[in-house]
Amino acid sequence: MNAARQTVLSIDLNHPGRYIHWGVIQISVANLVVIALMIALFVAALLLPFPGPRRSR
Amino acid sequence: MTATNTRRAHRAADGTDAAAWTGPKRSYDLVKEFVIALVVVVALTVALAAVFSSPDEKQITLGQWANAAPSDFLATAAAELDGTSGTASYGAPYTHDPGAAQKIGPIAPQNWPGVTTPVNTAQDFVVRPLQGASGDADLRAALAQWTSAGSDQQQTWASGFDEALTKAGGDPTKITQGGYGPVPLMLTKLLRLAQSGGLDGALLAQGHFYQTDYTKPLLFLADGTYLEDRSVAQHLGGDQWGMMNETGNYPGQAWLWLYTFWYQIKPFSTSGNADALVWALMMVLTLAFVFVPFIPGLRSIPRLIPIYRLVWRRYYRDLEMRT
Amino acid sequence: MTPDVQVDPKGWTAWLRHRAVRSFPPEQLMPDEQPAYVASWIYVFGVFTVAALIVVIGTGVILSMEGPVWWHVSGVGHYVNSTHLWSVELFMAFMVVHLWGKFFMAAWRGKRALTWITGAVAFVASVGAAFTGYLTQQNLDSQWIAAEAKDGLNSVGIGAYFNVLDFGQMLMWHIVLLPLVLGLLVVVHVLLVRRHGVVPPLPAGSQANQAQVPEQEAGSRP
Repeated sequence: MNAARQTVLSIDLNHPGRYIHWGVIQISVANLVVIALMIALFVAALLLPFPGPRRSR
Repeated sequence: MTATNTRRAHRAADGTDAAAWTGPKRSYDLVKEFVIALVVVVALTVALAAVFSSPDEKQITLGQWANAAPSDFLATAAAELDGTSGTASYGAPYTHDPGAAQKIGPIAPQNWPGVTTPVNTAQDFVVRPLQGASGDADLRAALAQWTSAGSDQQQTWASGFDEALTKAGGDPTKITQGGYGPVPLMLTKLLRLAQSGGLDGALLAQGHFYQTDYTKPLLFLADGTYLEDRSVAQHLGGDQWGMMNETGNYPGQAWLWLYTFWYQIKPFSTSGNADALVWALMMVLTLAFVFVPFIPGLRSIPRLIPIYRLVWRRYYRDLEMRT
Repeated sequence: MTPDVQVDPKGWTAWLRHRAVRSFPPEQLMPDEQPAYVASWIYVFGVFTVAALIVVIGTGVILSMEGPVWWHVSGVGHYVNSTHLWSVELFMAFMVVHLWGKFFMAAWRGKRALTWITGAVAFVASVGAAFTGYLTQQNLDSQWIAAEAKDGLNSVGIGAYFNVLDFGQMLMWHIVLLPLVLGLLVVVHVLLVRRHGVVPPLPAGSQANQAQVPEQEAGSRP
């Protein structure tokens, strides 16, 4: 596969996908992680204090 | 507040919101912000690519299909010859069959452009590739018998063999001989051609040298069950939210969640018109998304779910301190 | 230019220059200040989306130098493909967070509807660009996506003109048409933001008093 780039730090995602079933919803763990990260990013952006204003007037 | 007063107040607010800001300002370095963003994105990209790489499940050739699942290949080829395959009975844009089109209520937009990519499955998928590879005398004789017969006779042979093959569980050796003309030999030769790798080139080239259009090989491949089986095993099937998914453990296209969602629920999941209905619905929803500013109710949600209070909390605090 | 040469003040060039400078005075095109209310991390997602798009295009340019087969046969090529994939994931993630922020700020207010519209259409174009990318990977994924997508597109008549089974067409849409359209949309979108400025805050009690005219700073009305 990608032998030239295989390092100790690489994580092989080529194994059979893990899926979560919840009623009619089926979602891959990978997609769930991405969506969770996006929501976390959104919430963090709203809550984290922004550097103080340097008033220009 | 009456509706008129509310509209008037909204228009007044809109005029105020459009005016150039003359209130307090802060210094804000846009170019520096952009450069930092670019550096961060490059760093993240380089790191993510190094750690996780990207998926590359090998393509399926017709040769691999014919070797891995010869019964499925043969059954598909038989269906192409007798016009019962998915492609042969598809309708526009491949074949002339207005009744085959999906409908949205009374209308069938599938038919409107007509047959723009004509496919004759018997000719394109079976006869022409065999004619290009007719090295042996038996095959030449079989092809001569086929092409000199009338279309009714061809249909009788092909349908008969297709049904017999189905009854025999896909195993041609179990078929009791009888009245299929040159069809059994033609299809067996097609299987051998495919297994040797010759059909891939023949279906793609269609007599040309340069070619970048994979319509015919892909339609043929998709008519069988092998491609679908391999894809469903990777959770890419239509009723598995497959549109969102990627092979292996990779994240897929999460942004397609609403497109694929409708296919999972009734009435779409049990409808023969699911594609047309879902795509028409998504076009309407996309228009609603694009024109949110003009849709009452939808455009009021930000006021009802006051996330904005977090965004502008410092401004509101400063305003309160000053007044 | 010698002093006695006649310059036509009504020429196309002068007209265009005047229009451009009037619409976007340099201090407005590249300001070094913003209204004081631009003080939240939510505001960085627009520029992060643009930055990610630049990385998507840059990695795509590298892939285009070697052609569509390279990444299947070369370790370096596969790595570049991976950078292209992950920059796309980042691009879509940042764009959607930007979209969430802008929706909940009702950022279309104050004659900024076109800013919202160009952004929304850019999102749709991005989905299309990603889709054609997946179609042209030339692996199992592409084969299946093409086989499935054709049904959706054919059912509404689009498939007759946009043939997802035609690798050549899909590749050209992916590397030429859609990047151009998307690029144009992004440029117009950003220029609109510079033109109209960042949308002011909703009035503080908005959800309770929907009809209230918002207060600007005292003495700030022109």
